[in-house]
Amino acid sequence: MTAEPILSVRNLTTAFRADGGWKPVVRNVSFDVSAGETLAIVGESGSGKSVTSLSIMRLLAEGSSRIEGEVILNGRNLLALSEKEMRAVRGNEVSMIFQEPMTSLNPIFTIGRQISEVLTRHKGMTATQARAETIRMLERVRIPNANTRFDEYPHQFSGGMRQRVMIAMALASRPKLLIADEPTTALDVTIQGQILDLIKELQDEEGMAVLFITHDMGVVAEIADRTVVMFRGDAVETGPTSEIFHHGEHPYTRALLSAVPKLGSMEGRTAPLRFPVVDTKTGISVAPVESKGTVSTQQPILEVKNLVTRFPVRSGLFSRQTGAIHAVENVSFDLRQGETLSLVGESGCGKSTTGRSIMRLIEPTSGEIQLDGYNVRGLGSMELQRMRKSIQMIFQDPFSSLNPRMNVGQAIAEPFLKHRLGNRAEAREKAAYLLDRVGLSGDIMGRFPHEFSGGQRQRIAIARALSLDPKVIVADESVSALDVSIKAQVCNLLLDLQESLDLAFLFISHDMAVVERVSHRVAVMYLGEIVEIGPRAAVFENPQHPYTKKLMAAVPVPDPARRGIRRGISNDELKSPVRPVGFKPPVRQYREVSDGHLVQVA
Amino acid sequence: MTMIEQAPLTAKREKSRAWEKLKASRSALAGLVIILFFVILAAAAPILPIPDPVATSWSAIRKAPSAAHWLGTDDLGRDILSRMIWGAQASLMAGVFSVALAVGIGVPFGILAGYFGGWVDLVISRITEALLAMPFLIMAIALAAFLGPSLTNAMIAIGLSAMPIFVRLTRGQVLSVKQEEYVEGARSVGLGHMDIMVRYILPNVTAPIIVQATLTIATAIIAEASLSFLGLGQQPPAASWGSMLNVAKNFLSQAPWMAMWPGAAIFLVVIGFNLLGDGLRDALDPREH
Repeated sequence: MTAEPILSVRNLTTAFRADGGWKPVVRNVSFDVSAGETLAIVGESGSGKSVTSLSIMRLLAEGSSRIEGEVILNGRNLLALSEKEMRAVRGNEVSMIFQEPMTSLNPIFTIGRQISEVLTRHKGMTATQARAETIRMLERVRIPNANTRFDEYPHQFSGGMRQRVMIAMALASRPKLLIADEPTTALDVTIQGQILDLIKELQDEEGMAVLFITHDMGVVAEIADRTVVMFRGDAVETGPTSEIFHHGEHPYTRALLSAVPKLGSMEGRTAPLRFPVVDTKTGISVAPVESKGTVSTQQPILEVKNLVTRFPVRSGLFSRQTGAIHAVENVSFDLRQGETLSLVGESGCGKSTTGRSIMRLIEPTSGEIQLDGYNVRGLGSMELQRMRKSIQMIFQDPFSSLNPRMNVGQAIAEPFLKHRLGNRAEAREKAAYLLDRVGLSGDIMGRFPHEFSGGQRQRIAIARALSLDPKVIVADESVSALDVSIKAQVCNLLLDLQESLDLAFLFISHDMAVVERVSHRVAVMYLGEIVEIGPRAAVFENPQHPYTKKLMAAVPVPDPARRGIRRGISNDELKSPVRPVGFKPPVRQYREVSDGHLVQVA
Repeated sequence: MTMIEQAPLTAKREKSRAWEKLKASRSALAGLVIILFFVILAAAAPILPIPDPVATSWSAIRKAPSAAHWLGTDDLGRDILSRMIWGAQASLMAGVFSVALAVGIGVPFGILAGYFGGWVDLVISRITEALLAMPFLIMAIALAAFLGPSLTNAMIAIGLSAMPIFVRLTRGQVLSVKQEEYVEGARSVGLGHMDIMVRYILPNVTAPIIVQATLTIATAIIAEASLSFLGLGQQPPAASWGSMLNVAKNFLSQAPWMAMWPGAAIFLVVIGFNLLGDGLRDALDPREH
């Protein structure tokens, strides 16, 4: 482990050409990675972690970037090599896997061909040898039926399986160093668990060095021997992972760690808890405040009964219906004023469709929705527009949820004016008030969305949603795309707003740790159905359904003591909710575990 | 409509912002200057001290540029400078009005097709494809012949023939913009289809349409020439750049200036519209600096 490092980076400084000058985005970064060791580079967006890895591989556009310092791989300085020599290094001595498994494979070649190409090019194998070796590689990354899947195309693989293919391709040439740039970020949590396990196992078998780039402290704790924390282009702290976690020196490290939601940290509490706020300069943290009792005891504001949403699947020349996606199947729940109900589950479980069906952004197939006195499914288009005053939505991606051609003031005032809640002066006043409420200044009204960071845009989106004084807010993955520290701030803001405005939240998320922090009640969804629902404490501390348990076990916990843990998650893929025409979903039975805690039994 | 009520909230600010940005762009200003030059020239034709553009002279056939005829004369002895200036009117109008017609009809249909999808899209798209299957010029000729020979009818014919491209271009853009979360967000705050199409979709699909429009202006000027060659556009003896070019091609070796000047003018006008179009596209986009 302490032998000669495979990769040694010294004083790496990368600058990009900007406005006629050179703007450094990575400054003076140094670290070593030895064989069999995993080094994590962790940081938020814009910290320069990805640029560091691209600099090592020299994958940045030459004219517009400048790399200084030394990158020594096995005694050779990569920065001194010619482009031709560098090509022999890439994919051979150093391999890389990327975040997006959906786009990093060429869709028009079979996966077998793509992997064997690496072997014939770098290892000089014949086609037959390469095929045999490729199948062996596919088996190594635990792809079932590797022999038959050799001739399949990328679109026939799921996201997790594609990432396995990417890993197989990266490992085909037996690299000494594997650079993994956010390899699990786009994957569902159970699939993420599988891929992390796989990388650990392969590393044990091959003894390669791994440079792992991530923003997720939980993943860092599980995979890294040593960690580099990056902040705005500087490596602010480097050390063994457990040192960083337990005795982080730099204020930023501590701020980052305290903002990380930790599954299981809510034991013994009933109300939601705000995230601690840490000053990134001083590292002084303000103790988190527990949310006051906000849940109303009156009639629920939203009641959903037996909601079903299906999408027809059509195929063939005459687009005959050949099946249906059972996106939401017999879902029932209610929501009171001041309450947060979270819908959790993995992609394709129907949680977003549920939220959209309730608002009738998607037409439900059947079921009953009572919202603030409206029978939602029976509304005509004019009444539907009026109903939208009572329920508003906050979307996931703050970069696409605001119209780029409309300034902030217009965006916030528009719903208010549209619903004729007041004149233009009042709308302006309202917009200024709301901006203040979400922690922004009223002066920014003339500015456009692109001038703001992701977190600020999400605040603007929240202000817009609040402009109609809604009673229910559907927050669809509203904090998922944000950096940890921003995520914590926005969650705190949502809790503040709930306290003061008595809002009911339908909080849709795949992130168990955040859900644990902010919810009063939780519903776990799987293949369109709620498999478990109940008070947050009951569901998290006493999960009953096997899927809930599996989901919770898969969440990476930011605790380095769990380093080396193998979950032994089976290689199951997420099942598909596509059913043939005429499929009758089975009638489900629920068992009451404790007061209000229901679990699907059959 | 409520849309208009809302607009003044910051519309003034926005307009001046776009104008400031346009003014700051040198190339856009250059384009504007070129276009204004030709527009003023065309408008001032009746008061400029130039010879009659249709007066023929047997003594001055195909004369090279000289002090008497700055740009030379054509095959009937008419002064080319004078015909260029009078012809600017017809050519600019052919370019601008036909493209305005094409954009004015094509873009709304494209938005409807892309936004609503389903049978609306089916009907609009099939008709568009049928129109696109016909060569642009053939269709313009057929329409112009049907409408009767005059410059106005030629412009209508060219506009209608150029329209399907805009339908298709807009529809494609709308399909991608429609997926953005802000469009769903607009629905979720209770906006109607009209508001969403006008305030959320249209402003976000303009960039490629502006580029396509500036390029189509050149095509339209040339198309007008072809139509007048067949007697369907500007009626002789009145001039247009296109018709001058058409006559000139028979005398390329003997009198190259006959082709050179109208050619250069069309080239300049197209460059002018292109530069202005690019500048306009950037100025209208708040993301560009």
